[in-house]
Amino acid sequence: MVLLQIASAIGNLALVCAGLAVIFGMMRVINLAHGEFIMLGGFAAVLSVHAGVNIWLAMLVVAPLTVAAVGLIVERLIMRRLYGRMVDTMLATWGVSLLLIGLTTTLFGNRVVGIAAPLGSFRIGGYSIGAYELVITLISIAIFVGGYLLLRWTPLGLVARATMQNREMAASLGIEPSRVYAVTFGIGAALSGLAGGLLAPLSGVVPTMGVAYVAKAFITVITGGASIIVGTATSSLLLGSISTLTTFLTTPVVGDVALLVSATIFLRLMPTGITGRIFRGAP
Amino acid sequence: MNRPLMLVQIGLAMAVGLATMVLFPLVAPLYGVINATLYTSMAIFALSLALLWGFAGILCFGQSAFFGLGAYAYAIAAINFGDTTIACAFAILVPVLFAAALGYFLFYGRLSDVYLGVITLTVTLILFKLINSTGGDSWRIGKARIGGFNGIPDTPPLRVPFGGEILSPTQLFVFAIICLVVVYTFCKWLALTRFGRAIAAVRENEVRAELLGYNAKRLKLAIFCISAGLAGLAGLLFANTVFVSPTIFGLSMAAQVLIWVIVGGLGTFVGPVVASIVLQMVAVYFGKLGWIDPNIVLGALLIAFVVFVPSGLLPTATRIAGILKNRAGSRGRAGQALPGEVGERQVS
Amino acid sequence: MSAPILRAQGVAVHFGGVKALDGVDLSVDRGELRCLIGPNGAGKTTFFRCLTGVLKPTLGTIVFRDESIGGWERHEIARAGIGIKTQVPSLFDGLSVEENLWLSLRKVAEERRRQELILEVLDRIGIADLRKLILGRMAHGQRQLVELAMVVASSPELVLLDEPAAGMTDAEVERLARVILDLNSNHTVVVVEHDMQFIRMIANIVTVFHQGRVLVEDHVESILHDDRVRAVYLGKKNVE
Repeated sequence: MVLLQIASAIGNLALVCAGLAVIFGMMRVINLAHGEFIMLGGFAAVLSVHAGVNIWLAMLVVAPLTVAAVGLIVERLIMRRLYGRMVDTMLATWGVSLLLIGLTTTLFGNRVVGIAAPLGSFRIGGYSIGAYELVITLISIAIFVGGYLLLRWTPLGLVARATMQNREMAASLGIEPSRVYAVTFGIGAALSGLAGGLLAPLSGVVPTMGVAYVAKAFITVITGGASIIVGTATSSLLLGSISTLTTFLTTPVVGDVALLVSATIFLRLMPTGITGRIFRGAP
Repeated sequence: MNRPLMLVQIGLAMAVGLATMVLFPLVAPLYGVINATLYTSMAIFALSLALLWGFAGILCFGQSAFFGLGAYAYAIAAINFGDTTIACAFAILVPVLFAAALGYFLFYGRLSDVYLGVITLTVTLILFKLINSTGGDSWRIGKARIGGFNGIPDTPPLRVPFGGEILSPTQLFVFAIICLVVVYTFCKWLALTRFGRAIAAVRENEVRAELLGYNAKRLKLAIFCISAGLAGLAGLLFANTVFVSPTIFGLSMAAQVLIWVIVGGLGTFVGPVVASIVLQMVAVYFGKLGWIDPNIVLGALLIAFVVFVPSGLLPTATRIAGILKNRAGSRGRAGQALPGEVGERQVS
Repeated sequence: MSAPILRAQGVAVHFGGVKALDGVDLSVDRGELRCLIGPNGAGKTTFFRCLTGVLKPTLGTIVFRDESIGGWERHEIARAGIGIKTQVPSLFDGLSVEENLWLSLRKVAEERRRQELILEVLDRIGIADLRKLILGRMAHGQRQLVELAMVVASSPELVLLDEPAAGMTDAEVERLARVILDLNSNHTVVVVEHDMQFIRMIANIVTVFHQGRVLVEDHVESILHDDRVRAVYLGKKNVE
């Protein structure tokens, strides 16, 4: 039972990281508006459910598409001017983050809105766990396995990996970097939106919720290192277990602190992240 | 760096400081004086980041962690000891020690500047969460209740050292202005010392500095601690004007100070001070309007400056002035430096 | 005079499966002026990076004076007395020539003495008139000279020069040769260079690197007529 809980926590963490991992891994852009993308996905899902849309449709389709659209606008208007200036992209995405928090607060007010989780729960022995939480875990496994296969075996994946490895080289092969970037940013945003949509029934949605995710997601992706899929999966596994176990023993806040502290220590020991040391070269 | 120019600047700063602390309380109402003290504490906060980011080139997203620790350390120590002089020492020492521990991991782990930004931001958010969860009687340090999201409303006000009188709001304001001028002078002086020049070398080219025998990690750790101490001092003054609560670790606090420094201009000290005061006034104005969320203003400002005026207002203004002057006199030799051009930082 | 100041034994650097250095044995005597040559990718610059601590060797030992400096930090090695002028000038681009030199005089405690030394060194290199310029805006050849001036000023026991003549005009190259010979009068100098013309101006003993190893080590004139060296350079570069 505890194992199921841990699996679910790991699934959640990996899901929250996916969008960020794509944008960071491909573009070396630290997207500090990541948490707000998740928040927007949550709002998109909640509002469309309230408007009568089927909940699965809202979470799996409406949320990612809405956020992908926002992501593309941000990429077009702001990010495009700043590529190659890593610190500036970070500052600008922080600006986007604040702007989105401000806008959603103005539009929807600073209160939690939510939807009920579908599927109910089931029991094993004396414990019960939401079936929905297991579905999330399965979806996040599917995303990572799918992403791995996509990068490893398809022509699109090859283009993506080539761009990750060496931008100039990819450009000289006729791959248009600005297009790759726009697509990447869109996909990353869509994944964040998906995460937001899926998590909305569990956590509720509030304009300031993003903050809680961005820090965790970042530290996990950075700890993962250069290989975005294998790295993020491994570090989610590791840090997710650590923080859930600590949460069991103490409180959720201490669990979060344990995640950060252990990640910092990992980075001190392995400055290039887990995949800088082990699993080198995996996508 | 030009020593006479620096002396003129410091003299000017002292004159402006003196004039402000004598004249302002005469004309302003009491709440105006208290507000001005708050602004002054924020200006010192801005200077602490201007030193770390603008001068040393270390981008710390979580400067508010040190500010908040300073404020909390002051409040908790003052409640416990009764004497505020010891509390002041705590307000500076606690952030410095915290910075030393954190900085050891950051700099000796050779994390790149971008990761450093993310980790410092995470740290301040974690502190926010931690302090927020300390509601109730069980969370106390000595006699002081930490109070969770309610903060510590009964922070003892600053007294004259060794059991003297409580400072009046006007006296506190004068003290704050003196602190600001001293910190400004300290920053200018530091930039001229051997230590300051070595810091500039590390900022410009860390590997080269090390190949010349400079211990870059230790230098960065040192400036990180100094900056944390200054932020702690700002937190101390803040704790004496507004009561201490976890929001000082929050995201908007962390964002604000960054915006002040980038708007004022990286590499300058006057710029961030002026920007902090002006932008606080602007924020208050928008707050009074009520219909616009301050985050919208902060976010839009940050984006606009990063995209359009990345070097900040003061250096940009200096550069434009330089170009105009050059055009008028056309005295500049080819290849001669225009002030404020890319790659050059003047410390004004 | 003949005690070795630098002794490298079996120094190897592996990047994944690639062996950038594959067991270099090299010994340099105190007061010597040694040239390292070899085709691109032979491992000369990698070897310099090991000597300055920028890279940690995978295998092997490096002994400077009497101490093994294998695991040392960059600044510790610099303080022990190894100075380098890197291939691509690595300078403090936002600072002026004067300020750059000031920084290289770390060992000199007295401020007035530092100022004197700055002027003295700039005069010796012949760039005193450039001293107020900002490095970021200078031509490549001038930047090379400034970096050389920094090495001269910091006066390390062992001076490493990585392609100091690259990008210089003929007049500058001649001046450079004089500066290096002058430097050698009281320092040990190791130079990596491609330009054989230049090497003949300064060198005595030349070490040839090839595929991460030392191929041959001999007097400059013998090297020029060595068949193995010709074979290595064949098709890549004219030896003379």
